Amino acid sequence: MPKETIVRTIDVKKTYLLGKIPLDVLKGINIEIHKGEYISIMGPSGSGKTTLFNMIGGLDKPSEGKVYIDEVDIAQLDAYELAWLRCRKIGYIFQTFNLIPVMTALENITLPMIFGGMNTDDAMNKAKQLLETVGLGHRLHHKPFELSGGQQQRVAIARAFANDPAIILADEPTGNLDLKTGTEIINLLKDMNKQKFVSIITATHDLKMLDVSDRIVWIRDGMVERIEDRANLDIKVGQFENE
Amino acid sequence: MAETYKKVEKQIVLPLKNAFQMSLRSIRIRFGRSSIVTMSIVFGIAFFMSVMTNNVFISNALKNGPESLKVILQQGAGENESKEIWLISLSLIVCTVGIINSMLMSVTERSREIGTMKCLGALDHFVVELFLIEAFIQGIIGSLIGIIIGVLFTTISLLFQYKGIIFSVFPGGEILKYSLMALILGTSLTMIGALYPSLLSAKMEPAEAIRREV
Ligand SMILES: Nc1ncnc2c1ncn2[C@@H]1O[C@H](COP(=O)(O)OP(=O)(O)OP(=O)(O)O)[C@@H](O)[C@H]1O
Ligand SMILES: [Mg+2]
Repeated sequence: MPKETIVRTIDVKKTYLLGKIPLDVLKGINIEIHKGEYISIMGPSGSGKTTLFNMIGGLDKPSEGKVYIDEVDIAQLDAYELAWLRCRKIGYIFQTFNLIPVMTALENITLPMIFGGMNTDDAMNKAKQLLETVGLGHRLHHKPFELSGGQQQRVAIARAFANDPAIILADEPTGNLDLKTGTEIINLLKDMNKQKFVSIITATHDLKMLDVSDRIVWIRDGMVERIEDRANLDIKVGQFENE
Repeated sequence: MAETYKKVEKQIVLPLKNAFQMSLRSIRIRFGRSSIVTMSIVFGIAFFMSVMTNNVFISNALKNGPESLKVILQQGAGENESKEIWLISLSLIVCTVGIINSMLMSVTERSREIGTMKCLGALDHFVVELFLIEAFIQGIIGSLIGIIIGVLFTTISLLFQYKGIIFSVFPGGEILKYSLMALILGTSLTMIGALYPSLLSAKMEPAEAIRREV
């Protein structure tokens, strides 16, 4: 099967202005991600992972360069197309969860479905199923502050899958979790990746993630340092840990 | 490439009914916080209405009231006029500043929520609609309560001051007129206060709206 590209970034740069001082956070990122691939983006804190995510996900505009989703330049999309893309094509798992604090787990998950035009009853039913899939079938009506970090993380994951997206962008999905829960989440993402052929792009510090990734992109200081296939990874993991 | 088959479609525009349902639910689930916001509307409008009711009663009594009442009222007539203007202006300022300020605060603190909704596929104008409807409902409820409190409070205090004769010339029509005015004033101030911050957050890139600290 020929590899179809689902995400392509061309020379993506992002500069923030801190007062009058420009801060180059991304300095020309070129990556190509295939359909159904599981990609891990690794890099130290502050290297620009979240910023890159926002660019790929159409949540912020690059200062320079282009992002293609499914070969469509997202800078060319109008507000309605961009909203559709965010709603249907991409599922986001944020580093900070970004659940709506006053809504229950169930209501949070129904949101993207309601924005997509599904009626409330169908959305509720699907949300229940999704919460069961992530092992939270017994916490449907709890609000985020009544849930542990790991449980909130699962709600965020369930929400990301609500509209059966083609791409999941997961920013440190295991960042706040203990070893066991982290492994569960990784396996969950991998299952979704295998079953539904969803392309998964995660940012992570978590070395457990390497085992399930097809490729690993290392970034440092806003640049791609190297990209590696899992095939020749074993030695490299050791090397990474020694760094 | 994109032309050969549709890889990106347009997001559907949700009917007003959806926004209405979501707004109602939002008011209900953050009842505590919305009550505090509504209180500031109640307070501002009650102040405005009590000043207006008082004016209406006095000027009406001076025109059509029994002689005995006119005599009592005329004693303080001279100083009253400038005091009146001052009180009306003050009540309008309290109203405007109080309502706009509390709406600005309560919507701005939800910038992250607006950003999140946009990430999940909400259209800008849907988000703004949501907040405007919420403000509209709060504005109507707050203003109505404010009007009732303002009119009742003033009427009772006038009753204590001048006894029953004040009712010999009950200016119902005038009070109704100012109540309507207060309702429109309160509701539109509430909506204006919500429009600006919600529009601002909705126009931002979602990543920015989420990061925004208040
Ligand atoms: N909106 C912004 N304004 C100014 N600077 C920003 C903004 N967003 C990010 N930065 C800066 O960009 C750099 C990269 O931030 P980013 O959040 O992308 O890092 P990260 O790789 O996700 O880090 P972490 O692993 O800690 O999450 C940081 O130095 C940060 O201070
Ligand atoms: Mg980050």
